[in-house]
Amino acid sequence: MSMIKVQNITKSYGNVEAVKGISFEVGEGEIFGLIGPDGAGKTTIFHILTTLLKPGSGKAKVMGLDVVDDYRKIRSEVGYMPGRFALYRDLSVEENLQFFASVFDTSVDANYELIKPIYSQLEPFKDRLADDLSGGMKQKLALCCALIHKPKVLFLDEPTTGVDAVSRKEFWQMLHRLKEQDITLLVSTPYMDEAEQCDRVALIQDGEILSINTPKAVTKGFKKELWSVKADNKYELIQLLRQYEFSETVQPFGETVHYTDQREKIDAGELESYLKGQGMEHLHVKKAEPTIEDTFMRLMEPEASHE
Amino acid sequence: MNSFKGFIIKEFRQIYRDKRTLIILFGMPVIMMLLFGFAIRNEVENAKIMVMDNSHDPITRQIISKIDASRYFSVEGNIRRFEQIEELFQQGEIDEVLIFESDFARKLQRGEQPAIKVITDASNPNLAQLIQQYSSAIILDYQQSLAGPSAFQQKGIAVNVNMLFNPQLRSANLFVPGLIAVILMLVSALMTSISITREKEMGNMEVLLVSPLKPVQIIIGKVLPYLVLAFINVLTILALAQWVFDVPFRGSYGLFLAESLLFIFTALALGVLISTKANDQQTAMMVALAGLLLPTVLLSGFIFPISSMPQILQWISNLIPARWFLVIVRSIMLKDAGLFFLWKETLILAVMTAGFIALSVKSFKVRLE
Amino acid sequence: MSEPMIAAGNLTRKFGDFTAVDHISFEVKKGEIFGFLGANGAGKTTAMRMLTGLLIPTGGEATVAGFDVYSQAEQLKRHIGYMSQRFSLYEDLTVRENIRLYGGIYGLTDEELQSKSNQLLSMLVMEDFQHQRISSLPLGWKQKLAFSVALIHEPQIVFLDEPTGGVDPITRRQFWEQIYKVAEEGTTVFVTTHYMDEAEYCDRVSIMVDGRIDALGPPEGLKERFKAESIEEVFIELARGAERE
Repeated sequence: MSMIKVQNITKSYGNVEAVKGISFEVGEGEIFGLIGPDGAGKTTIFHILTTLLKPGSGKAKVMGLDVVDDYRKIRSEVGYMPGRFALYRDLSVEENLQFFASVFDTSVDANYELIKPIYSQLEPFKDRLADDLSGGMKQKLALCCALIHKPKVLFLDEPTTGVDAVSRKEFWQMLHRLKEQDITLLVSTPYMDEAEQCDRVALIQDGEILSINTPKAVTKGFKKELWSVKADNKYELIQLLRQYEFSETVQPFGETVHYTDQREKIDAGELESYLKGQGMEHLHVKKAEPTIEDTFMRLMEPEASHE
Repeated sequence: MNSFKGFIIKEFRQIYRDKRTLIILFGMPVIMMLLFGFAIRNEVENAKIMVMDNSHDPITRQIISKIDASRYFSVEGNIRRFEQIEELFQQGEIDEVLIFESDFARKLQRGEQPAIKVITDASNPNLAQLIQQYSSAIILDYQQSLAGPSAFQQKGIAVNVNMLFNPQLRSANLFVPGLIAVILMLVSALMTSISITREKEMGNMEVLLVSPLKPVQIIIGKVLPYLVLAFINVLTILALAQWVFDVPFRGSYGLFLAESLLFIFTALALGVLISTKANDQQTAMMVALAGLLLPTVLLSGFIFPISSMPQILQWISNLIPARWFLVIVRSIMLKDAGLFFLWKETLILAVMTAGFIALSVKSFKVRLE
Repeated sequence: MSEPMIAAGNLTRKFGDFTAVDHISFEVKKGEIFGFLGANGAGKTTAMRMLTGLLIPTGGEATVAGFDVYSQAEQLKRHIGYMSQRFSLYEDLTVRENIRLYGGIYGLTDEELQSKSNQLLSMLVMEDFQHQRISSLPLGWKQKLAFSVALIHEPQIVFLDEPTGGVDPITRRQFWEQIYKVAEEGTTVFVTTHYMDEAEYCDRVSIMVDGRIDALGPPEGLKERFKAESIEEVFIELARGAERE
């Protein structure tokens, strides 16, 4: 049975269409990622699935319950960690946990085993006020509070935004452990590299889904040869590649530039001689495996000719 | 039930930890009492008087020294020219000017009714009236003493003057009930609305909604601590009024506390209502201050008598809950009125409260829009 | 002129007992794109405030664009550009009004403003939108406009504080291409960012941990030194040893 089922939901705020017809399903024990930048519609989808908003049209079900008709039951069962971690700043770590436990009619002890791997890091600080915690610790606490009642489905809206790289890594390790406990996770993130941590992902941009699949399958959707080109002068390299008569896309990618050609297949040597001829030094041209980010951009391309 | 209990515990913890706000909430009644009791007065004391004595005879001098001797006046000096008067008033140096006619004593002896011109600074009309009345009273008093035992009685005036000469108690009687209403509005309406909108602002409301907690539990949980606080404030004000300012309490304490509780509910309901419409603390605060507190202070009869307001404001004042509460409290405190006399006002308050509660429950948003 | 655009020597800032910035030393060359990285609480923001003349150091020395941060802070401010994610353009004003506002603040004359505004608008292809309010523009456009406005007085160095939060990957790259272009034209760019992959766009990066600079050099060199595949890994390696929570 699918834990989450979204069928063609739409949502508008005034004239702005935030969600333009989205469908997807999440199976039990799956880690499903909604990958996309700000404004893509991720939070709106989360609000609809946690019954905080009614969809404009379409249907959605969580654990088989309708998000509009059965909202009360859904609210008593799911776990929700909104963006900005809604913790009580003037309560201590322990008090926050106790509060959420009591709200869900359970106790900290009842499901302690579940949160222990995470909470054990916080325990030395249990009397510290939530406001005085670092970003990474707030994140861990918010996760514990969302889990304390052992929900079957956990909604995490941008849990890693604004948190340092180390904490982000640890966080995903914790999520994987939760998956082993058969908890279904729906996570949204703007960080493309985190897509690889999920079982399946949906790439979202401007209220529409660009692709849904396992991360590997998504990148297979790139469907073109991808070249990674490196030279001394990045700026010039980009200009030259753009001017090349067969160039299709040219994107800076850290130290290299990712290039696709209009043709199906090309020879590295051809690019090399063109660039060397234009004066590029210390040239490296090699094939590259497209990442989620490459694929995302490629799928965005039709819209890239910005309004 | 467990979730509700946990919620209440959290609320009390948060309020207790916010020491600054707590100090304000408890300290405010005390400060306001002291302010109104000692600093802001409608009484006359040491009003400054200047004299233009065109006679300089024993009689005028006696009148002047009698006035100076009174604790309500202090004669600051003499004026020689009429033109000085306007300047002195404009500078705000004096409250009143007495001008004695020339040949005062001789005219009095001859029965020619010499005049004393009394010119008062009426930029504070209430004060001006009192000053005039006091000075007239002193002059009349002098006249009587001159006339001797065989003089005819000026009964009416004397009696009125006496009542005016008992001001301090009256001031306190006037403001204590109003103060209770204002403080309750502040604590119950303002604080409650801020507390609820803060949850919204911080994003915590989202999490509270996506939980087994029912909306009515959230409302009650938010409101309960302020109910307790407000009640403590009522007791504080009452204690201060009685022990520090000797305000009489002639009625039933039980009835008083019951009516106060009713009014607290009214204010709490208003606070919740505001919070259902406002999305952030600032808005809630503005609406509570401008829409509730200000009318309560100005139009409820707290300081300014309703009867002296223009018709339309009198009509509007009927809509302000505090107005009815003030009638109730004043009647209980000063006139020992029972429910028999106050049923109408109590009923009005109860109906208002029920209405606000119904409205809040209906407006409380179960979703984010 | 091969004088460094920024020269910091043992720059320190204490707040009471707490040393936020602990004797950092580094140089930034003219025309360089310098990435200033560090976790929250590592001292990045404090360091930037000192370099932009907003905070006086408690120890050490630094010059920016030739101005001493202690004695010439006011002139310093006038000769640098600054863009922050948290605040840049006024939402209620139009594109053109914002340009005029900042141009005026940076001391441009009316004629300079006129020509600069038109230049800017045509470069960004925003002429048709010049009378629209900022609030109605998409985030990517706001960022690009904010960047151009920060450069309107043609400063020698521009400080960018987390400039690319939240936008899609294409817009982010367009922004970085803007950075490449101005760097190519000689403007020095000092940028802080949370996106570790963006660190690789820079000529050199520094990584702050617990108030110190624990790594400094070109991205390639750092990756080699720490045997890492990405700057993110280098960062994690360094941050693991951090004491500040």
